[in-house]
Amino acid sequence: MTCSERKQAFQQRQQQWQELVDKACARFPERRENFATTSGIEMKRLFTPEDVEQVDYTEDIGFPGIYPFTRGVQPTMYRARFWTMRQYAGFGSAEETNKRYKYLLENGQTGLSVAFDLPTQIGYDSDFELSEGEVGKVGVAIDTLADMEMLFDGISLDKVSTSMTINSPAAVLLAMYVAVAEKQGVAPAQLRGTIQNDVLKEYFARGTYIFPPSPSMKIITDIFAFCKDTLPNWNTISISGYHIREAGSTAVQEVAFTLADGLAYVDAAIKTGLDVDVFAKRLSFFFNVHNPFLEEVAKFRAARRLWAWLMKERFGAKKPASMMMRFHTQTAGCSLTAQQPDNNVIRVTIQALAAVLGGTNSLHTNSRDEALCLPTEDSVRIALRTQQVIAHESGVADSVDPLAGSYLIESLTSKIEAQALAYIKKIDDLGGVVKAIEAGYIQNEIGDSAYAYQKAVEAKEQIIVGVNKFTIEEAPPENLLTVKAEMEQKQRQKLAQVKESRDNEAVNKALQQLKVVAEDGGNLMIPILAAVKLYASLGEVCGVLRQVFGEYQEQ
Amino acid sequence: MAKRIKVLVGKPGLDGHDRGARVVARALRDAGMEVIYTGIRQTPEQIVATAIQEDVDAVGLSCLSGAHNNLFPKVVNLLREKGAEDILVFGGGIIPDGDIAGLKEAGIKEIFRPGSSTDETIKFITDQVNQ
Repeated sequence: MTCSERKQAFQQRQQQWQELVDKACARFPERRENFATTSGIEMKRLFTPEDVEQVDYTEDIGFPGIYPFTRGVQPTMYRARFWTMRQYAGFGSAEETNKRYKYLLENGQTGLSVAFDLPTQIGYDSDFELSEGEVGKVGVAIDTLADMEMLFDGISLDKVSTSMTINSPAAVLLAMYVAVAEKQGVAPAQLRGTIQNDVLKEYFARGTYIFPPSPSMKIITDIFAFCKDTLPNWNTISISGYHIREAGSTAVQEVAFTLADGLAYVDAAIKTGLDVDVFAKRLSFFFNVHNPFLEEVAKFRAARRLWAWLMKERFGAKKPASMMMRFHTQTAGCSLTAQQPDNNVIRVTIQALAAVLGGTNSLHTNSRDEALCLPTEDSVRIALRTQQVIAHESGVADSVDPLAGSYLIESLTSKIEAQALAYIKKIDDLGGVVKAIEAGYIQNEIGDSAYAYQKAVEAKEQIIVGVNKFTIEEAPPENLLTVKAEMEQKQRQKLAQVKESRDNEAVNKALQQLKVVAEDGGNLMIPILAAVKLYASLGEVCGVLRQVFGEYQEQ
Repeated sequence: MAKRIKVLVGKPGLDGHDRGARVVARALRDAGMEVIYTGIRQTPEQIVATAIQEDVDAVGLSCLSGAHNNLFPKVVNLLREKGAEDILVFGGGIIPDGDIAGLKEAGIKEIFRPGSSTDETIKFITDQVNQ
């Protein structure tokens, strides 16, 4: 058959099918008039080769490990090594959290991920007035190096990689980590891990900002500069879409706003004189994975391709490693229901599978009880087992990017990429992401999506099993994990003891030195490292920086 | 016609999860109420000062960090101290079942948890304020 004959045959068969569709729809109307993804992309009745006519296999899809990395960043992906199974954990004291880490490692987890409490994330000590009631609640409380030593007690830092969800005070916690490693006899160059260090999204999606944008960007680029020589294996930032999605964005908005933040960081680093091909390989990303399975798989592939293109075309990156988007994924906390919580295991399974089919480099699976409280040991084990079943039993990890070539997946990948790029151009027009945040543009876009979703759920256009359909009467859940009220008091006592036993004169001198460097615009990592080694507290270090840089106020 | 209900939606404490607070604020506005949203990281003192200054009928508090047992009763107590105990206080967030009785005893009239509809909240406020 010639090409035009094949085309004709296709059209004839398509016509035939359309007639069947019309008849079927007349007898059995479809469930909805229009089917669309969360981002408003049409989910057609049937995707065919016509939908991917514009896609060039070699240029747009290509091969894993090669630009534009649509199929993944490694040439063999999970055939060599599965993704890192990394469960985010932290609550109460460093002792309790250390116990949880050991439990997770014993159960086959392959990387650590630290959750800090809110005072720590906002740079306050546990004995500060505003910390009351928040100590140890959403994560572990860290005041000084003494807590950090306890947190990693018995865990060799040259053996694990550690991710720390810490943003505004990232420099301080990273310095403490380096100091703990030193005490264990582990050199900074041996350390592997990630700090989130993504302050931009704090202003519009997560809320743990301290300083205004300009000094925040300065601290971030200080960390880039410090790590490129001292911690060459450290991911200096994890540019995060996770919280953007949790705040209610669509999949396209998640990609667009995350990459827009990424562009701002690269831009800032280049402006301070750093070479893109030196620091860009240590940039990492963090995405959400929600229920809409097919759109999510396509989202990851689109994000990788778009980032590679932006790095190459916008910043002239030369090395492939500078264009590779490596990312961690977490299943969607906002998709979990307090009603019939065991159903969350199924949601998490579907989401985790999408992340794996999207080529994630590491993964956190949420626990079934997280709409109620912090997860119990039993719940966390089921969440980890979910990843292990996908890895070892499902077979999806045996061939690279197995959904590539699906008309639907490739079509959605292209559409998500195009729509995200349109958003990025809009943000460029507004003067960049900081200006877009100040204008409230990003917050409003996310707010509109969040509200539309809530309306759809309340109108039952979006069914949530066990919430707005298939509901049952339930007894209150039992065996929930709580952080004991005494914990806060104990943590304050511990801090008081540290402050008593340290060399206070040396601490004051180190804090003075930090102030001088902050005022002079020098790299802050060195004086921060010196101060934390002397057991200066997080609140003291951030207090000095607050004095110099001021504090951000929500618009 | 009943007078327009005025509501303050507040985020006490350090918690930055404001999706729920913003969605509720918008739904109340769409239902015809006048709504002030405080933004995140407010102290109970700030929330109470705004509530009194703006002469609101109700205060809705949102907290997902687990600090509700500290923060919510503080707001009620401060309102009482200032002689504004007629202001209706309700809350929402990740609130375990076991904490609800204590919060209600402390004067928080209702707790809306994940999965609640904004219609329930609207009806609750309307019924309580027009009582």
